[in-house]
Amino acid sequence: MFIEIKKKLKLYNMKVGLFIPCYINQLYPQVGKATLELLEKLNVDVVYPSGQTCCGQPMANSGYENESVGACNNFVKNFNEFDYIVTPSGSCAYHVKKHFDVIPQTDEVTKVRNNVYELCDFILNVLKIKDVGARFPHKVGIHKSCHGLRGLRLGSCSEKVTPEYSYIGELLAEVSGVEIITLNREDECCGFGGTFAVVEEAISVKMGKDRVQDHLDNGAEVITATDTSCLMHLEGLITRHMQPLKVLHIAEILNSVN
Amino acid sequence: MNHSEAATIFNKNEKKVNWHDKALWFVRHKRDKSAHSVEGWEELRNLGQGIKAHTLSNLDNYLIQFEENALKNGVQVHWAQDGDEHNRIVHSILKEHNAKKVVKSKSMLTEECHLNPYLEADGIEIIDTDLGERIVQLAKETPSHIVLPAIHKTKEEVDELFQEHLGTKPCGGDPQYLTGEARKHLREKFVNADAAITGVNFAIADTGGFVVCTNEGNADMGAHLAPVHIACMGIEKIIPKQEHLGVFLRLLARSATGQHITTYSSHFKKPRKGTKMHIVIVDNGRTEQLSRPDFRASLQCIRCGACMNTCPIYRRSGGHSYDATIPGPIGSILSPGKDLTKHSSLPFASTLCGSCSDVCPVKIDIHTQLYKWRQIITKETKQPYVKVMSMKMMGDIFSKPTKFEKVGKVARWSLRNLPKGIINSKPNVWGKERDLPSGPVESFDEWYKNRK
Ligand code: SF4
Repeated sequence: MFIEIKKKLKLYNMKVGLFIPCYINQLYPQVGKATLELLEKLNVDVVYPSGQTCCGQPMANSGYENESVGACNNFVKNFNEFDYIVTPSGSCAYHVKKHFDVIPQTDEVTKVRNNVYELCDFILNVLKIKDVGARFPHKVGIHKSCHGLRGLRLGSCSEKVTPEYSYIGELLAEVSGVEIITLNREDECCGFGGTFAVVEEAISVKMGKDRVQDHLDNGAEVITATDTSCLMHLEGLITRHMQPLKVLHIAEILNSVN
Repeated sequence: MNHSEAATIFNKNEKKVNWHDKALWFVRHKRDKSAHSVEGWEELRNLGQGIKAHTLSNLDNYLIQFEENALKNGVQVHWAQDGDEHNRIVHSILKEHNAKKVVKSKSMLTEECHLNPYLEADGIEIIDTDLGERIVQLAKETPSHIVLPAIHKTKEEVDELFQEHLGTKPCGGDPQYLTGEARKHLREKFVNADAAITGVNFAIADTGGFVVCTNEGNADMGAHLAPVHIACMGIEKIIPKQEHLGVFLRLLARSATGQHITTYSSHFKKPRKGTKMHIVIVDNGRTEQLSRPDFRASLQCIRCGACMNTCPIYRRSGGHSYDATIPGPIGSILSPGKDLTKHSSLPFASTLCGSCSDVCPVKIDIHTQLYKWRQIITKETKQPYVKVMSMKMMGDIFSKPTKFEKVGKVARWSLRNLPKGIINSKPNVWGKERDLPSGPVESFDEWYKNRK
């Protein structure tokens, strides 16, 4: 209803660019599609600039910030004219905000850093929409991806003594039919961590297994998150061990209607 | 051995990993409950950080003020540039008093300086009196945690250790019996000690006094019985005023173990009649760390151990995997400053999840410093050729959209068409325990172009 009114009034007089991170583009295109369709459903005039690659995080987090400069510049070239840059990845948005100081801080760079938003943050706090009209009758566990949680503060974390909130949780709670399950450890890291996943393979796998187990122990059918990278890691373990769980990016749930 | 190799070995025994993880998570959870019961906890953290940052910026003045006041109180003050000098000073004080039997309460600084072996080489008996420290001392190991030094040992292991060294009866790891026996054993050491060494938690510039926090009262027991008390402290232990203890004692106890106050917060100011008190103030690389703008905040640390308890990697790899005096997240930003090559794997033993920075009572930006050390390590230490080249290649691919598209296509095709046995063969570390996603026919990019 609210969405309809907004549609009519054409309130969204803004230019929105969609950033699809490299690994989503290549390995999880369905997450990109869901993000785009969802934004269009919400009547956002969204553009996907061709020629995008990566935010530079894989090199930078491995200690090779210098090798990420090309990716950063490419990102700025693609996105500097948008009022908002929306991406289905808290981690990439955080990287742009926090680590794009590796290139000279021109007006364009500053603008890009200021305007980048993780998807849930954008829907809830820019569009000011809580109920996106989705239906998803399943038991879902929220994995609060760390870079979004403690980097972008997309929710309160268990370490700090602050009022409780969670952007992904607020959006998910409005989805009809969904049952959000409570985890024993509400915001423990999954152990992906980029190249950490291979450099520290043993710990990475153990962390992932524990994260999956927490969801299984609490009866989740689906693990969702703001980051597909965490989910790729967890899915890798789940399929290898043939466990009764699915992973879905939050965009896929918010875009569901059945 | 680098961190990853040591962690892999630790993970061979999954049951023990689970136990270690749960034991430390329990402490973290207690800390949460206790921190969340303080209204204005975040304010307290701000204050703690502010006072420490201010102190570090005026360290020279506060150290001198502290020395002046301590001297006025009748305490002898010594300065040591490094660990060696620290050991020599302590040794000479002991010699001067002809002290042959020494009791020591917990001090990570003396661990850092390797004081025990130095004194033992001269036939001095030095007994660690903190129960956890005594356990690792008997086992000829080092502490694996700064607050819970023997957290890596099960009670059954302690049972065996005590049977061997203290002649206890087998008890199936009964904690009450074991601590009772340790108590008897340590009492005798306290009574006969010629000197006591303690660490320092807080040294107060405007009084010249210092505070030592223990849960077992062992610092007091040592210092009150022996005729000589030597307190060893790093230069960063200074706080300006007595009243600042109201901030730090609250932060420390809650962050460390979830207690509202440490059982014994003992204030020392002047020697008792007929006894001597010495303070040894140690640099040992701290001024160098202070000179690094990106890393100086690491010196704000009050050694509560909360970053270890919260760290998902520490909990699953054990303190010894860090091969450093101070393990865990804080150790991983301190140690590279001491020996970059030796500790080059530590800043990579993290997912940069940021939990350490948020739990830290003095708000050290630990995960940001880990990121910054990574940038330095790849420049200043030798890196595997394959790693350097692959990063260069990735950097190149990601700066050229057409190249990215081509490489993406090949990768997706391979994931779709190559047999699993090849995809998950040895060079693919990911595939050891995890599947890769099956390569979709169309990338998002291609789908989007066709859609229009
Ligand atoms: S870095 Fe912070 S959390 Fe870690 S031991 Fe020091 S004070 Fe405690």
